[in-house]
Amino acid sequence: MPLTKEDIAKRIARELKDGYFVNLGIGIPTLVANYIPEGINVEIQSENGVLGMGPFPFEGEEDADLINAGKQTITTLAGASFFDSAMSFGMIRGKHVDLTILGAMEVAENGDIANWKIPGKMVKGMGGAMDLVSSAENIIVAMMHVNKEGESKILKKCTLPLTGVGCVKKIVTELAVMEITPKGIKLLERAPGISVEHIIASTEANLIIEGDIPEMVID
Amino acid sequence: MINKKVNSVQEALEGIYDNATIMFGGFGLCGIPENAIAELVQKGTKNLSCISNNAGVDDFGLGLLLQKRQIRKMTSSYVGENAEFERQMLSGELEVELIPQGTLAERCRAAQAGIPAFYTPAGYGTEVAIGKETREFNGKMYVMEQAFNADFSIVKAWKGDTAGNLIFKGTARNFNPVMAGAGKITIAEVEELVEAGSLDPNQIHIPGIFVQRIFQGEKYEKRIEKRTVRKRE
Repeated sequence: MPLTKEDIAKRIARELKDGYFVNLGIGIPTLVANYIPEGINVEIQSENGVLGMGPFPFEGEEDADLINAGKQTITTLAGASFFDSAMSFGMIRGKHVDLTILGAMEVAENGDIANWKIPGKMVKGMGGAMDLVSSAENIIVAMMHVNKEGESKILKKCTLPLTGVGCVKKIVTELAVMEITPKGIKLLERAPGISVEHIIASTEANLIIEGDIPEMVID
Repeated sequence: MINKKVNSVQEALEGIYDNATIMFGGFGLCGIPENAIAELVQKGTKNLSCISNNAGVDDFGLGLLLQKRQIRKMTSSYVGENAEFERQMLSGELEVELIPQGTLAERCRAAQAGIPAFYTPAGYGTEVAIGKETREFNGKMYVMEQAFNADFSIVKAWKGDTAGNLIFKGTARNFNPVMAGAGKITIAEVEELVEAGSLDPNQIHIPGIFVQRIFQGEKYEKRIEKRTVRKRE
């Protein structure tokens, strides 16, 4: 069975390490906050200027002055802090944020990522994504393996305008966990019940496959 | 004490002219100078070049100026929530420069701090870097970006005093502190304006030297763009 979006988030949550400062992008990455493993302390940074982001507020307790980068109302946890946008991106470019998890439209086998523009069709802007991917040591992409037309989003070369070059370290989709290595994309894990052949058929990029590929552990 | 207080939004925006370049604080609809924006709509100032992280929504924030076609150019990082914006951009009526959010913030800060340009890794190897100087430092490539040159900065704070000192609340801080003092004239609107001496100097986020005019906004809607809540257990 391909993973649900929640399961993709759960699998990525297993990549979190104690003491990490983490920036979560919009979409599946935001869900990762719901599945932080027991005993792992992380602080979530939102680039609009908050560190120590908490869950959504209870109904009636929303504060217009307290949102995340997805413009959703949020709360803060003990130890939280607020800061301006220049300091926020200082944290990001200065490599004080340990892990960036974001969505993508395309990822290439050299780690290039495209996620901000479809020429002539959709231009939403890059927001903080270009700053994040140009600086983070550890970047995990959370996305669906194929687009709505059924075409692979994992390519030999990106076709859309790039957000960053050679920066993605790992990709987690509904089908597989993959690592970007200097030699190309290495298949690490497959979704429960999904065959290696299925993953190869869904991927335009070449996959490096060594030995038996284990099933993902989700919970 | 130099008194920066003006008595109305009209007085605060006096001298803003057609074709001006204006920075607007705020992230989404959070921390935007909503009284000043409403007054600019009233005044009908045209051909504005706006520097703002976002472009508001169709019927609030900078979306109000877009509706009236008062904006000629937008410099932003993310404009995804505004259908009228998208229409004007795709039809070519509106000039749009999209830049990375951290670059936008730093170009403000550089203007505030008298730094003409800086190098950032953001956008290297992408179309954002086209036509810009690039340079290698310690084995990594960077793009040179220049400080903004704006005529006015319009920022919003939670509290302020008559000396122009500002205190922000929550994530309504965002771009406001880095835009203060980045334009030639900075106009600050605040929810609560108090006499100089009433605020603890230890708690000031932005010193009054960066602010030329300050006024208390008449009313604040503080609209929430995406109300997200959880159920009580």
